[in-house]
Amino acid sequence: MSVVELENVSRWYGNVVAVNDISMTLEPGVTGLLGPNGAGKTTVLHMMAGFLSPSRGTVTIDGSPTWRNPGIYRQLGLVAEKEAVHGFLTARQFVVACAKMQKLPDPTAAAQRALELVEMTSAQDRRIETFSKGMRQRTRVAAALVHEPQVLLLDEPFNGMDPRQRMHMMELLHSLGDRGHTILFSSHILEEVEQLSGLVQVIVAGRLAASGDYRRIRRLMTNRPHVFAVQSSDDRRLAVALIGEKSVNGVEIEAGGLTVRASDYGSFTRALPRIALGEGIRLRRLLPSDESLESVFSYLLEA
Amino acid sequence: MSTVAYITARGLFGRRRVLLLLPLPLLLIGLALICRSYDVDPNQWGQAVVQGLGLAVLLPVISLIVGTGVLGSEVDDGTIVHILTKPLPRRDIILAKLLVAVGVSAVASAVPLFIAGVLASGVKFGIALAVAAAAGAVAYSALFLLLSLVTRRPVLLGLVYILVWEGLLGRWVSGTRVLSIEQYVITIADKMAPTGMLDGKVSLPVALVMATIFAIGGTLFAINRLGSFSVAGETS
Repeated sequence: MSVVELENVSRWYGNVVAVNDISMTLEPGVTGLLGPNGAGKTTVLHMMAGFLSPSRGTVTIDGSPTWRNPGIYRQLGLVAEKEAVHGFLTARQFVVACAKMQKLPDPTAAAQRALELVEMTSAQDRRIETFSKGMRQRTRVAAALVHEPQVLLLDEPFNGMDPRQRMHMMELLHSLGDRGHTILFSSHILEEVEQLSGLVQVIVAGRLAASGDYRRIRRLMTNRPHVFAVQSSDDRRLAVALIGEKSVNGVEIEAGGLTVRASDYGSFTRALPRIALGEGIRLRRLLPSDESLESVFSYLLEA
Repeated sequence: MSTVAYITARGLFGRRRVLLLLPLPLLLIGLALICRSYDVDPNQWGQAVVQGLGLAVLLPVISLIVGTGVLGSEVDDGTIVHILTKPLPRRDIILAKLLVAVGVSAVASAVPLFIAGVLASGVKFGIALAVAAAAGAVAYSALFLLLSLVTRRPVLLGLVYILVWEGLLGRWVSGTRVLSIEQYVITIADKMAPTGMLDGKVSLPVALVMATIFAIGGTLFAINRLGSFSVAGETS
């Protein structure tokens, strides 16, 4: 059981304040670090992982500072966002090398266990450079888990994964959390956090905007609509059909397509294909606008 | 430590830049062979080929390619994170990388210099050149390894050191020679086997002491820098 603690942590780069006076405590279980792009999530993760010194405040794991303290990596695993891996190694060689550098008593067995955990055994003897993005990601997770760390930090772990891999990764994180590991993963996508349904820490513009149970925070956000950009074979007819849908608050017709405001992300995305199919309209493009998320966050910050 | 060295060596030889190590040694041996086969007097070509090409270009350039390759490329592509997130003393990581860099640079420069030395004057001169090149490889490697940690453009800065500091200033401004690894190597080789072909401009004690300072100082500084290695966040 390990506890990660940030106490009044700030970090600035020259004149730019990336993280502003954040205090948080991570307990065993899965916690989501949520925030729009550029909010400072990666900076927080890097400080927790000992790759950045806080400009002010302290970052500790079980009381030991993470900065300039390689000893913490015995109980810490990191899956960074940058997916660089030693591509010339096979997955097995890579994970075994990590186990050896952790000075584990039986590196081969530990590597085998980790690769089984992420379901990479069938491709373990292929060079990593031949892998898809999702496979690389799983290999990196295996490498971070090989020494069974008490604390696991993951920066945007679901990027580039297909839905099945995403689900498997979520199950894996869940089970690790249930077994008493302290897991923190960052994401800028609310729905990912919703599915992991743990505690969240929300960071906006370098500050901790909210912290606690996801559902409670989500309820606070429901009066902020989700915005989607939609393009179809017949925008006007689609707009007419959409306005009859309960989850749609408003539709604007613009030159490049429709801007749809929906009150509920889930029911709108389920309703849209059904409506389009019923009307015989072909959907060309559906983009959830990231700005809407940022506006939700800034709303949180104002609240 | 051996795992770090293994990954480093695999990374070095797995990249195409390892092929850059071939042309200069081949050129050096080729020129020496041509001069030798046409029976040209070694005093006419020895200095230009052995000192001008071998010690002033081949040794530092090979050390630069290898020295920045063992750490700089991992810093560049971010794979260094996998090595740094291990409970290894930073000293062990630097020493493993230095070991690989010195080994590869020393072999890649000492062998062709030995052959050129034998062709120019004899086995004794060849051995002197090989030993001096190996000593130079240690000092250069420590310097270039350090450069990979203090700047984002280690190759450029290394080239400036080789071309401007050692090549240009070292020739005309005598004070700069004290900080020129090339001069230490020339002096060490010349004192081991005086031939008149090498033109050492620093004394042997200076050469030995300064080469040691470069090697040890560079290594210690690099260990310290790696201890505070920062990964820039997206907001930087």
